[in-house]
Amino acid sequence: MSERTNERLTVFKTYKLYVGGKFPRSESGRVYEVTDSKGNWLANAPQSSRKDARDAVVAARKAFGGWSGATAYNRGQILYRVAEMLEGRRDQFVREVGEAEGLGKSKAAAVVDATIDRWVWYAGWTDKIAQVVGGGNPVAGPYFNLSSPEPTGVVAVLAPQESSFLGLVSVLAPVIATGNTAVVIASENSPLPALSLGEVLATSDVPGGVVNVLSGRTAEIAAPLAAHQDVNAIDLAGADEVLAKELEIAAADNLKRVLRPQPVDDWSATPGIDRMTAFLETKTVWHPTGSLGASGSAY
Amino acid sequence: MPTNAPTAALKDVTSSGSTLRRFLHGLPGVDAVGLEARAASLGTRSIKTTAKAYAIDLAISMVDLTTLEGADTPGKVRALGAKAVRPDPTDRTTPTTAAVCVYPDMVTVAKEAVAGSGVKVASVATAFPAGRAALPVKLADVRDAVAAGADEIDMVIDRGAFLAGNYLKVYEEIAAVREACGATRLKVIFETGELSTYDNIRRASWLGMLAGADFIKTSTGKVAVNATPANTLLMLEAVRDFRAQTGVQVGVKPAGGIRTSKDAIKFLVLVNETAGPDWLDNHWFRFGASSLLNDLLMQRQKLATGRYSGPDYVTVD
Amino acid sequence: MASVFAYAPAPESRSVVDIAPSYGLFIDGEFVESADGKVFKTVSPSSEEVLSEIAQAGAEDVDRAVKAARKAFEKWSALPGSERAKYLFRIARIIQERSRELAVLETLDNGKPIKETRDADLPLVAAHFFYYAGWADKLGHAGFGASPRPLGVAGQVIPWNFPLLMLAWKIAPALATGNTVVLKPAETTPLSALFFADICRQAGLPKGVVNILPGYGDTGAALVAHPDVNKVAFTGSTAVGKEIAKTVAGTRKKVTLELGGKGANIVFDDAPIDQAVEGIVNGIFFNQGQVCCAGSRLLVQESIHEELLDSLKRRLSTLRLGDPLDKNTDIGAINSEEQLARITSLVERGEAEGAERWSPACELPESGYWFAPTLFTNVTQAHTVARDEIFGPVLSVLTFRTPDEAVAKANNTPYGLSAGIWTEKGSRILAVANRLRAGVVWSNTFNKFDPTSPFGGYKESGFGREGGRHGLEAYLDV
Repeated sequence: MSERTNERLTVFKTYKLYVGGKFPRSESGRVYEVTDSKGNWLANAPQSSRKDARDAVVAARKAFGGWSGATAYNRGQILYRVAEMLEGRRDQFVREVGEAEGLGKSKAAAVVDATIDRWVWYAGWTDKIAQVVGGGNPVAGPYFNLSSPEPTGVVAVLAPQESSFLGLVSVLAPVIATGNTAVVIASENSPLPALSLGEVLATSDVPGGVVNVLSGRTAEIAAPLAAHQDVNAIDLAGADEVLAKELEIAAADNLKRVLRPQPVDDWSATPGIDRMTAFLETKTVWHPTGSLGASGSAY
Repeated sequence: MPTNAPTAALKDVTSSGSTLRRFLHGLPGVDAVGLEARAASLGTRSIKTTAKAYAIDLAISMVDLTTLEGADTPGKVRALGAKAVRPDPTDRTTPTTAAVCVYPDMVTVAKEAVAGSGVKVASVATAFPAGRAALPVKLADVRDAVAAGADEIDMVIDRGAFLAGNYLKVYEEIAAVREACGATRLKVIFETGELSTYDNIRRASWLGMLAGADFIKTSTGKVAVNATPANTLLMLEAVRDFRAQTGVQVGVKPAGGIRTSKDAIKFLVLVNETAGPDWLDNHWFRFGASSLLNDLLMQRQKLATGRYSGPDYVTVD
Repeated sequence: MASVFAYAPAPESRSVVDIAPSYGLFIDGEFVESADGKVFKTVSPSSEEVLSEIAQAGAEDVDRAVKAARKAFEKWSALPGSERAKYLFRIARIIQERSRELAVLETLDNGKPIKETRDADLPLVAAHFFYYAGWADKLGHAGFGASPRPLGVAGQVIPWNFPLLMLAWKIAPALATGNTVVLKPAETTPLSALFFADICRQAGLPKGVVNILPGYGDTGAALVAHPDVNKVAFTGSTAVGKEIAKTVAGTRKKVTLELGGKGANIVFDDAPIDQAVEGIVNGIFFNQGQVCCAGSRLLVQESIHEELLDSLKRRLSTLRLGDPLDKNTDIGAINSEEQLARITSLVERGEAEGAERWSPACELPESGYWFAPTLFTNVTQAHTVARDEIFGPVLSVLTFRTPDEAVAKANNTPYGLSAGIWTEKGSRILAVANRLRAGVVWSNTFNKFDPTSPFGGYKESGFGREGGRHGLEAYLDV
C-alpha cells in the first residue's frame, strides 16, 4: 500500500472466495496475509479449507449441466462479456498485478492487456474447437459416424504461482471455453487478482458455479481436490515437482485426466489448443445410413 | 368368411381405413442396415453333409415350379408338370416339387399333367402381374382358376392403392379374393420391389394376414427386385409374430431370383432360425422358381455320387 | 433323410496353422529364451489342450527389449514417413494373406468362434494396419503441428479378448508415427502376437522396431515402470489401469488407458424391435461378452419390457454354443478358468441378491471353459450385476419410464465407455446421445468398429483415444 497523502482515508476491500456465484469467507474462518513483492501488507485473503474445496466441487458439478449444455455461441458471448468487464476494471487489475508481481505500471498494464486479449481469444474458440478436433469418420460400412469433443466435467485448476493473472486466465479460460466447470486454486502468494476476477465473473453473465475461486495454501486445497471422486480432471500448472507427483497419484483413484506442470517461460506467447484438448473427451456416435429402398443384396 | 380369421384382438383394426392405417403405422419400424446385416449373417451358416442332403430334398419339395410366360403352351405346361412329378428321372427317391404355378388358362392342362402325384397346381390370378384391373375382373379371374381346379391362388395386391395409403381398399380386395377362393389356399403377392421400403413390406405382410392370406409372397418375378434374403427374413418375422399374437400360422413364399442350391439352403436357414422349424415344410414355405430346381438336382446328384454333375444330366423343359 | 434341419458339424480346418511346441521372446528381431529360463503353457480354452510352451519375460528381458527398441528408434524415427508407410502396408497385406491361418490360431488360443475371428477380428486387424500405414507420411496434416515428433519407445500391454486386434490398435499407430514398440500380450493368448513377430520378419521390418514379450502381470508392470519407456499404452481392467496411472505419476511418460465398461443399451418403445434384439444379442454375446464396450446393461422402456424379453429369450434359444472352430458356432469358450470363475461368482452373487436368472436350454461341452448365455431380470441399479463389469455372456435387464430416467440410469456408473440407443425417432437419438457420458454411442446398431473411428472412454473407462486421426495423438510429442 502506498502511503496515503490526501486527507481521505480509503476504503479497503475484503477479499472473499468465489463459490457457486457467491462470495463466502472460508468456512474455516481462516485468513492469511498477502503482501506485495516487497513484503508490504496488501490484504488478508481467505485461507480455504478442504470443506471449501468440497463446496466448490459441489457448485461446479451443479453448474456443469447448464454450462456444458449451453450453445457454444452462447458461451462465446458470455466469455466475451468477461473481456468487456475486465477492460472496464483495467486500472484495478493493473494495480493489483503490479503489486502482486512487482511490476511497474506499464509492464503491469501490458500483462493486463495480454490477459484481456487472451479472454477474447478463447471466447472466439468456443464454437470452433469442435470443428477443428471433431468430424465425420469415413467408416467402411453403411454407417454415419461423427466424433465430437465434449467437456470432461469438473476440472480442478492449480493456477500458476508466478503469473497471478495472465497465467491464471491462460489456464482457466481454455477449461471453461469448452464447457467444463472449474475449481481454481489461486496463486498462493498472489491471490488477489484471482479473487478480483471472481467479482468480474459474477457480473458477466457467467452462471454461478462455472468458475469457483479458492485462495489459500495450494497443497492443502489441492490434496482433497485431487482425491475427490467427483472431479474429472486436474491441471497441475501451479504445483511443484513433488506436489505434482503426489497429486497425480491421488488423481489415479478415479482416473482423472491429469495435465502435468510444464515449464512456461512466457505466458504471453500464443497458446496452442492443447489446454483445451486436455480436458475434452471425444464422443463418437454411430448410426446406420440405411438405404432409400428395400433393394437388399442377394446371397 | 376368411379361413384365417384374425382373433378378436385384431378385429377392430380393420373396421375403418383410419384404424387400419393407425395399426399398420404402429408396427415396429425396420432398420434396413440391421435387417440386411442379420440376413447376411445367417447367410454365413455352413450347411454340410447330412444337413445339406436334408436341405436339398426339403428345398425340392418346396419348389413351386413356375412358368408364367406369354408364350406358354399346353406342351410347355405338360413338360413342366412331368418335371414337377418326377424331377430326376434317374433317381426315383427324389421328392416331387410342391406345385406347378401357371396362368389360369393353363390350370386344366396342369391338373392333368400332375394328376395323382400329390403335386399341387397353383394359378396366378387378379390380373397378374400388374393387378391393374377392376375388382370384378380380378374376381372373375380367380373364380375361373378355381373352377378349373387350381389348388392354390397366387394373387397380386393393388400396389397403387397401397402406396397411395388406401390400405382398406387393399384389404377389402384381398378379403374378396379370399372369399372367392373358398377352400383354395390363397397366396398374396406384395411385389416387394414396388413397395420399395422395408416398413411397407412389414405393413403389407400384416395387411395380407389380417385379410386372410394363407401365404404371403414376395414378388411376381416380373420386376427388377424380387425375393431377397432381407425381405424374406422380414416376412418370416411377420408370420412368426402373427402366429404369436393370433395363433394363426401363415406361410411364406419368396419368388424370383433364387437360382442356386446354395441360395435356397440359406433361405432355409432363415426359416429355421427366424420363424422356426414349424415352417420347414412345404405346407408353410415355398420357393417360387424355375431354374432353381435343376441346380438342386445337380447338387443332389453330387451328394449321391461324390462327383460334380453337369447340365446335360438334368432335364431341360 | 433326417427329420429335422440339424446343422452337421462344419469345422474349419486346423491344418492351416502350424503351432510350434515352444516359442521364445521376440527381442531385437530374434526369438530368444528368457533370461531366467522361465516358461509357461498356453492352452486352448475350448479343450484345455496345451497348445505351446512360451518363454516368460522377466525384468531383465524387459530391459533388454527396451534397449533394443531404443536402439532401433534412432533409425526408425529418422526414416521418411513414406518408407515407414510401406513397411506397414506390407504388414497389412501379409495379414490379409495369412488371415485364415491367423483366424484359426486366434480361435484356438482364445476360444472365440471362428465366425468372429474370420469375419470381425482379422478383417479389422488388416484394416487397422492399412489405415495407419497411410498416415505415416501425412502426419504434418493431422493437426498436431507441421512436423510432429514421435515419443520414443512405447511400452504396450494388451488383453486377451481380442489379442491380435488389440495388438494392431497398439502397434499400427505407434509405428506409423515413428515410435518403436515393446508389447506384452496377455498370458492366456500369446500366440497371435508371436505369429505377428514372424509377419514382421516376412515384411523385413528392421530388427528392434517391434519386440514381443509374453508374460504375466509382473512383466507388464516392469515394462510400464521401465525408466526408458516414453509412452505407455494399456488395454485391460480398470484396477490395473489405476495402478499404471500411479506408476507413471511424476514421470514424463505419456499414457493412454482403455479400461472397463458397463455399457447401457437403451431400448425405447418405438425401437425397430427385431433389429434391437439383434443388437442386444450382439452387444452382450459377441465374444462371449468378454468385451470392454459390451452392452451389459439392457435398459428397456417399461411399456415394451415383456414383449422385448420374450423376443430376446426366443432369440437366445437359437444361439449355438460349442466348438469354436465350427463355422456355425455363435458362442465359444470363456478364455480361461480364472475368467470363468469370476463370471460364475458374479452370477451367483446376482442370484443371491435376488435377481432372476435365465438361460436357454444349452448343453455345455465337458472339457474346456464354458458359460451359457445368461439373462438377469428383476435387476435394479443396486444389484452387483448391474454395477460390476462381469466380462462374460451375462446381460442385466433393467427398465425405465422416461428418456430422462434412461439417461440418468445409463450414466449412473463410474464407467463411461459405450452405450446404445434404439428408437426410430431421430431427434431422440440426438438428444439422448448428447447426454450420455460415454466415448462411443451406437444408435440403432451396436459393437461396430472401424480403424477410422476413435474409440475410448470417459471417466473410469480410461483416457485417450485409439483409432482415427485422434489415435495419432497418443504417439506424438504434442
